[in-house]
Amino acid sequence: MTDILLPSLGPEMESGKLLRWLVKPGDIIHKGTIIAVVDTTKSAIDVESWHAGRVEALLVQPGDVVAVGTTILRLAGAAEPLAAPAAPTAPAAMTAPPAAVTLPQPSAGGEHVRASPAARKRAAELGVALARLTGTGPDGAITVGDVNAAVPPPPATPPATSSAPEDRRAGVRAAIAASMARSHREIPHYYLWDECDVSRALQWMQQQNAARPVDQRLVLAALLAAAVARAAREFPDMNGTYENGQFHSGAAVNLGVAVALRGGGLIAPAIVNAHALSLDQIMQQLSDLVRRARSGGLRSSEVSGQTLTITQLGDEGVQGILGIIHPPQVALIGIGTPRERALAVDGQVMVRTCVTISLSADHRVSDGRRGAQFLNRIAALLQEPEKL
Amino acid sequence: MSQADAGDSQLLAQILDTLASVAPEVRELDIDPALPLREQIELDSMDHLHFLVGLKQRLGVDVPEAQYQRMRKLDDLVAYLRPVVSGPPAKPG
Repeated sequence: MTDILLPSLGPEMESGKLLRWLVKPGDIIHKGTIIAVVDTTKSAIDVESWHAGRVEALLVQPGDVVAVGTTILRLAGAAEPLAAPAAPTAPAAMTAPPAAVTLPQPSAGGEHVRASPAARKRAAELGVALARLTGTGPDGAITVGDVNAAVPPPPATPPATSSAPEDRRAGVRAAIAASMARSHREIPHYYLWDECDVSRALQWMQQQNAARPVDQRLVLAALLAAAVARAAREFPDMNGTYENGQFHSGAAVNLGVAVALRGGGLIAPAIVNAHALSLDQIMQQLSDLVRRARSGGLRSSEVSGQTLTITQLGDEGVQGILGIIHPPQVALIGIGTPRERALAVDGQVMVRTCVTISLSADHRVSDGRRGAQFLNRIAALLQEPEKL
Repeated sequence: MSQADAGDSQLLAQILDTLASVAPEVRELDIDPALPLREQIELDSMDHLHFLVGLKQRLGVDVPEAQYQRMRKLDDLVAYLRPVVSGPPAKPG
């Protein structure tokens, strides 16, 4: 028997609303099968299974709001006969108030107060002192439930069925607020920026596009994403996550791309394994991600596990952006608007198209010299666009 | 309304419908084809590309990148697409 839990679909996600099941008891699913659509307040996300097997029971109903970590689906074990009926082994879970489910987390330990990472995060958001609480988790560890119990209950249960645009916008803002406030509170940022000459990159791109049908054309954002992904592979201290007091370098570059949502707010789905993709593949994925971020259909594997994020405001007319890192990542690249500049090149003043590329980085993991080298590498890669 | 005007209106309706698949708020707005499109709706470079891909799928016309700057208004787009969509004028028999 294998339980499939509601995954965290972003660092700020506490719970999700099941919109609909895409499988039913008796179905055989594989790793990667999309099993359900879950609303995370930011977006409707297709949840994939990380396990294979036969669906034994669906443990939550469409419309239910459940905490991250809640068992939502049970697979029959490999040892069980396939003909076994889908016994309702967990009726209580189907009828229990979804929001009351406590996130099962292993104890973090290692500090003077034992608490799960989720409980620490929740306590910080609610302003609850962990030292004042009594833990009910393993070995007395404080759980999210303990933290939630320490504050007065909200006036109403979470909005289980509302999806009005104003509620969606409020949800998006609340999610962004939680994530950005945490980042601002926990991450000692440093910022670097420089102007990068992208004239060659633009010229090369225009030559390429002149010979391509519209559905195969490139945009500058794809070249920039490719350069950042290549550089990040060479700078592992810019690509990874910082959790529980430790930095974990990413095994791959899962490049989050900040996409502005049409109703306001943003989401940063990942181009998974961006370092290993060709420029055309990056363009294709970028185009697909932007489309699905705005119209629905992002997958769970795309909205979690980012190792570095790029945010581009090139269409908004600003010179540059000094962004806030998306925790638990350790760096963020910001891109401003391409502008013509009078640059001195080899003793001559020339008009070149430049963009301001900025780095926001976590000082717990890297320092300014290293960050400067990272930025310089991105700029150098953009001087040889044909090699991206 | 002349035949040419009616054709333009039909073409504009098709363009707006394609645009709405990228920017659904277009359905709620009164877009003025004589004004720059990006002053009326939020349309980033990826939206713009998706819009042009949609036009190709719908009308079979591949707008060259070199023309992008000349098509800031929907009227410009109609003027560009009109002869391509309607094809060469029929020769008198």
